[in-house]
Amino acid sequence: MQTRKLHELAKTIRSKNAGVDRITFDIIFRDRRTYDAVRHSGAVSREAVLALYGLPEARLTDFVEFDPAFAIKFTIARLRPSGSAGDPDIFGAQQYAPLLDIDVTLPDNEPLDDPA
Amino acid sequence: MIIGSAGDTGTNSRVDLYVGIIQELARKHNLPKFRVGSFYSEVSRDYLRAKIRAGDTIEGLEGRPALTEAELDATARVVGMAGVHPFMELLDRGADVIIGGRSSDSAIFAAAALHRGYDEGLSYYLGKVLECASFCAEPYGGKETVLGEIVDGGVHVTAMHPDQRCTVASVAGHAMYERSNPNYEFVAGGMLDMSRCHYEQLAEKTTRVTGPRFVPIGRVRVKLEGAAKVGERYIGMAAVRDPYTIANIDTVIGWARQQVRERFGETGYELHYTVYGRDGVMGPLEPVRTPAHELCIVVQGVAPTREMAEELCMTGTRQMFYARLPNVKGTAGSMAFVIDEVLPASPAYRWSVNHTVGVDDPMELFPTHMHDAGV
Repeated sequence: MQTRKLHELAKTIRSKNAGVDRITFDIIFRDRRTYDAVRHSGAVSREAVLALYGLPEARLTDFVEFDPAFAIKFTIARLRPSGSAGDPDIFGAQQYAPLLDIDVTLPDNEPLDDPA
Repeated sequence: MIIGSAGDTGTNSRVDLYVGIIQELARKHNLPKFRVGSFYSEVSRDYLRAKIRAGDTIEGLEGRPALTEAELDATARVVGMAGVHPFMELLDRGADVIIGGRSSDSAIFAAAALHRGYDEGLSYYLGKVLECASFCAEPYGGKETVLGEIVDGGVHVTAMHPDQRCTVASVAGHAMYERSNPNYEFVAGGMLDMSRCHYEQLAEKTTRVTGPRFVPIGRVRVKLEGAAKVGERYIGMAAVRDPYTIANIDTVIGWARQQVRERFGETGYELHYTVYGRDGVMGPLEPVRTPAHELCIVVQGVAPTREMAEELCMTGTRQMFYARLPNVKGTAGSMAFVIDEVLPASPAYRWSVNHTVGVDDPMELFPTHMHDAGV
């Protein structure tokens, strides 16, 4: 087996408001093969993101594997609407950072593109 | 030319401002006469109150409870999110330029295609894919131009920038942007179902999309947006380098909060501390538990008057300087300040209305106007 960081495998990892009460996360891969390999690894699952962000299940409102874009997408409920006093990220744009370092374990024979 | 959500919020004053800008530019450049159509999208609280009292529930979105009269009373202003209806009416009446109040991004483009008689699914998809310009192209840029066409039962999207392409992945990927679910897009009047879309690379810079379907709703529901003023706001900043103080920063903040309570009581204001260098960006979502070697603390004081907000924020910021921890070596001040005062900020609002209202005629919320421009 080999271990890679998610940021080495994904083309785009981002977060953004989806409406005023939700933040949505997109992890987009370059090609079908990498997308499938990461999905099959189980490293990015409902359970994995709940644990990473320390969230109860009820706050994960959507978790979608979106084949046409080679993307994994999930959405969480905010505790208070965007822009409330004290909200430190009114666009939800910097909440993706913990995803970058997720360890993804892949079979040795998975010939992935060099991320360079 | 069609512009939606004038000034972003789409309030009536922004629509008037934009119409004025168009008329002024037309005069300045001696443009031949043309017609500017506009519509408002502010919704009166009396209209919504009558709906509530009549039992026509104003339903909450995203898990919110139905709108109450109390929450409506607290709300300063409400706008309705227009679909294609007011745009199409103004196109029918011969508008050359349209300035819209608050509206769904996709409706701006969809209305133009529907006006020419194209299929609903393709028209709404055209709007959806074009709404953020080159966000449906790659590589990522800054909203460069893209061209959308409806051709032989499909939507063709082409990147105009010499270095960008619309690929199957980039076009499909855009459906995810700022949406909870990439398969469905809701507008006043129905839902665009993209779950059976088929994407095909037609040329180097062009992708063809087929299969989007529009599912009309029976009685139209219009999304409402509104905000309630919480209070006036000041902002303070403080920083800390002492490792012992950093390790006990919550105790320091607790001390400052206590001083505020003694001066202002328990309620009637909001006091927020954002601790940069620890969890300033993510708050409770932050998985990293080790703070940095220096912290910056931003304090927000929100209160009914500017005077109170200033004093509240000043107390909440300054008292961190005086916090006394039992084992701290430095005794002359617990904080570093870049400025020995607090700064006025915009008033604090909270998003109080994120709901939908049912309407018998979608135009009842969006009065239209026609204006002359040019000479």
